Amino acid sequence: MEHLIDIFVKSVFIDNMIFAYFLGMCSYLAVSKTVKTSVGLGIAVIFVLGITVPVNYLLQNYLLKAGALTWLGPKFADVNLSFLSFIMFIAVIASIVQVVEMVVEKFTPSLYTSLGIFLPLIAVNCAILGGSLFMQEREYANIAEATAFGLGSGLGWFLAIIGIAAIREKIRYSNVPAPLKGLGITFIITGLMGIAFMSFMGIKL
Amino acid sequence: MNKEREPLFSSKNLKLITDPLNSNNPITVQVLGICSALAITVKLKPAIVMAISVMVVLMVSNVVISALRKSIPPRIRIIVQLVVIASMVILVDQVLKAFAYDVSKQLSVFVGLIITNCILMGRLEAFAMGNKPWPSFLDAIGNASGYGVILIIVAFFRELLGSGTLFGYPVFQKIGLYNIGYENNGLMILPPMALITIGIIIWVQRAKNRALIEEK
Repeated sequence: MEHLIDIFVKSVFIDNMIFAYFLGMCSYLAVSKTVKTSVGLGIAVIFVLGITVPVNYLLQNYLLKAGALTWLGPKFADVNLSFLSFIMFIAVIASIVQVVEMVVEKFTPSLYTSLGIFLPLIAVNCAILGGSLFMQEREYANIAEATAFGLGSGLGWFLAIIGIAAIREKIRYSNVPAPLKGLGITFIITGLMGIAFMSFMGIKL
Repeated sequence: MNKEREPLFSSKNLKLITDPLNSNNPITVQVLGICSALAITVKLKPAIVMAISVMVVLMVSNVVISALRKSIPPRIRIIVQLVVIASMVILVDQVLKAFAYDVSKQLSVFVGLIITNCILMGRLEAFAMGNKPWPSFLDAIGNASGYGVILIIVAFFRELLGSGTLFGYPVFQKIGLYNIGYENNGLMILPPMALITIGIIIWVQRAKNRALIEEK
């Protein structure tokens, strides 16, 4: 249990998706104009990461990894399908996003309307595919660890986008040099927030 | 298919290449493809490999999608685009693993992330779905070069100021800067400085080209 909390905290603060790996920057920059929409997108990201990472973990370990097909019989022990992982992961992500969208629409229409357009767009958010690829690279020991990593990365992304949205709402009233307005100052603020997040790097877990 | 009367390199087609280099740059103006761009700009070599990979993937998928644009049902176009892109990325990844293993290790997950690089989806949706293969090809070259130029500028400053080298060649040591008390700026190697460097590039570009300034 302690180990799971370690992975969770590490993926929220130390290996933050935005500040350490710049994943999901496109939607991060495009959607962070107001706090309200950012909250919607952030929740959707946590949701989808929390589902796709464990599913792709199962796929990776029982289908794609070298020797993963041994459960079919000893003949398959040498099969290595890992070159297919990109296309499998993105297919899983796209279909899960579609399923999640339909389920949410059916059972919680209020959440569906508040997430709105963001749910389908998440299929092409780098943070989601990045989560699965990092899971593959780091070789987590079991599915609980993969889930903790997925949820933690989602929460880290959520915190980052809310932070920048709140700052952007305020900075609209500040006197920024004209060529820096909008995109430029957002980049620089994100960089400064990244430096602040680096203070978590000293934490040894 | 290519029965257009205009010459292959008409001024309209040339604009497709030159525009993305400056006034319609994919990174600094269209805000596309930042996701995988920043993390690999610590050193020049991976940045250039990344720029070339993106260019190859974008050229092929732009042409393929543009050739297929009339037969793709609009409802499932995203999946079709993803399949085309993902197949290309798998090819690039396997080639890198075979011929440039150390660079492929440095790029780690970011080769795979070309799939969700917004520059690809963005250009396929905005250009290839509505234009003939040849202009799409030029558009791909233009946008990939615009992306590459920014990557190389950022990587140049980060490697020079952060490690004091260029392509691994110790420039500052040869000039003798360390003897007069110069120290490498370790901050440049860390992720946040990539964002700040791009912020400064945007500042410089918009100060020169004032039409790009955002009014709010």
